[in-house]
Amino acid sequence: MSTMEGYNFAYLDEATKRMIRRAILKAVAIPGHQIPFGAREMPLPYGWGTGGIQVTASILGPQDTLKVIDQGSDDTTNAISIRRFFRRVAGVATTEHTAEASIIQTRHRIPERPLREDQIIVYQVPQPEPLFRLEPRRAETKRLHALADYGLMHVRLYEDIARLGHIAKAYDYPVMVNGRYLMSPSPIPAFDNPKMDRMPALQLFGAGREKRIYAIPPYTEVRSLDFEDHPFRPIRAPHACALCRSTDTYLDEVITDDAGGRIFVCSDTDFCAERQAAAAPKEAAE
Amino acid sequence: MSAPLLAAEGLTLRFGAIPALLDVAIDIAEGEVVAIVGESGSGKTTLLRVLSGMIAPDAGTVRWLGQDVHAMGEAARRRLMRTEWGFVHQNPRDGLRLAVSAGGNVGERLMAVGARHYGKIRAEALSWLARVEIDAARIDDLPRTFSGGMQQRLQIARTLVTRPRLVFMDEPTGGLDVSVQARLLDLIRSLSRELGLAVLIVTHDIAAARLLADRILVMRRGRVVEQGLTDRVLDDPQHPYTQLLVSSVLAA
Repeated sequence: MSTMEGYNFAYLDEATKRMIRRAILKAVAIPGHQIPFGAREMPLPYGWGTGGIQVTASILGPQDTLKVIDQGSDDTTNAISIRRFFRRVAGVATTEHTAEASIIQTRHRIPERPLREDQIIVYQVPQPEPLFRLEPRRAETKRLHALADYGLMHVRLYEDIARLGHIAKAYDYPVMVNGRYLMSPSPIPAFDNPKMDRMPALQLFGAGREKRIYAIPPYTEVRSLDFEDHPFRPIRAPHACALCRSTDTYLDEVITDDAGGRIFVCSDTDFCAERQAAAAPKEAAE
Repeated sequence: MSAPLLAAEGLTLRFGAIPALLDVAIDIAEGEVVAIVGESGSGKTTLLRVLSGMIAPDAGTVRWLGQDVHAMGEAARRRLMRTEWGFVHQNPRDGLRLAVSAGGNVGERLMAVGARHYGKIRAEALSWLARVEIDAARIDDLPRTFSGGMQQRLQIARTLVTRPRLVFMDEPTGGLDVSVQARLLDLIRSLSRELGLAVLIVTHDIAAARLLADRILVMRRGRVVEQGLTDRVLDDPQHPYTQLLVSSVLAA
């Protein structure tokens, strides 16, 4: 596909890309540490993935294949418009298949298929500061990070157990990266947290409105916070996918009619479709 | 006598032209309760803040077990503040987290120093609530639903849970009514004896100082004008200002 006239490759100018790449390099050097960067105005509003788009634009090359998912799905508005954006301004190949992608930009999910060393996953992050709800002063949270003073986060988990009997955080579940920095994994479900631990792929996080970039290098330890007697549990709906019968993937609840009918289906549409395709010939043969 | 826990000398601090501290020296030994008395604006609270490392003095040193408090890094000072030291604020709302339950408030210091077992943290919180006479049933209530006296007792429990060796108290009985004050003083006295705590207490209440303190420092306009054993200072005041202070106490 031909690219649009009048735009630099991948929309951002080269000076901006260099600035963002410098921030990314620094972020990779200090896993989990938030690096400020000069986020640019993008042709879509804050909250729609401006941070993720800028990171993707800075690392994208003409030979890359891009996949964009939103809540695990390849065909929601956000995913389609970002994919089309990069097709138009960079002319790169796009795909809906996790295995074929070299860069995956995501909102709210990590693909079910394990990622490889030659892939990069870019997260869209609304709020990079894990202590945001606990300590409103930015200067103070920076000090807490510098001193690795994270008792406050455990107080929050304690409060959940005291009031509800279990840790109630089901998404954006705080993690310790490389045993040093407390990090927000972006609003992915807690179910996906274990996938971040020692992932072979490079993980980059971009927050456009908050102007922060952070990263987890490949094979880095990522541990979800918990208590010894209340260990971390990945939460998923206790059902099988209605389409592919999978019992170990993250499920969405979908309402099917006005009479209370509902089904549970895989949130990762690509993974679900592949399983259905693999199952279909066997059924035909029987 | 063994070496003092905290030793300060030559402390001087000016806020612009106003001298807040002038060449103040103070020693606190293990398990000793020292009261600093004086009128408003005499530099009592400023002294407490300098000794606890919150403000750096213009001149002079503060040593904790021989180590210069103001020369150590912020990380080391914070570690000290949540392990071997405690600070009880005049207003419990400054020392408590109001959006966190009583149990969470007591457990925070434990979690900050690495406790990661919910059951043990909770058991410790319950035992401390009992020691400061707060009903165990209120462990999950927010401190803002507590009375002023209960909030102050909760703050003391929260501070003492990591068994500090030295506790700074800034007018802990300020703003409470007389009967609540009496119970609180009683609690502070029994806990400090039981745990062998060293306490540095700032107060303008001479009666409270007599009840709690082994030694008294009298401050006026940034200087220590008189110091000595509590009974000696209060029964036989030498400095005219101390005489004035002692004679102006109302007898019930």
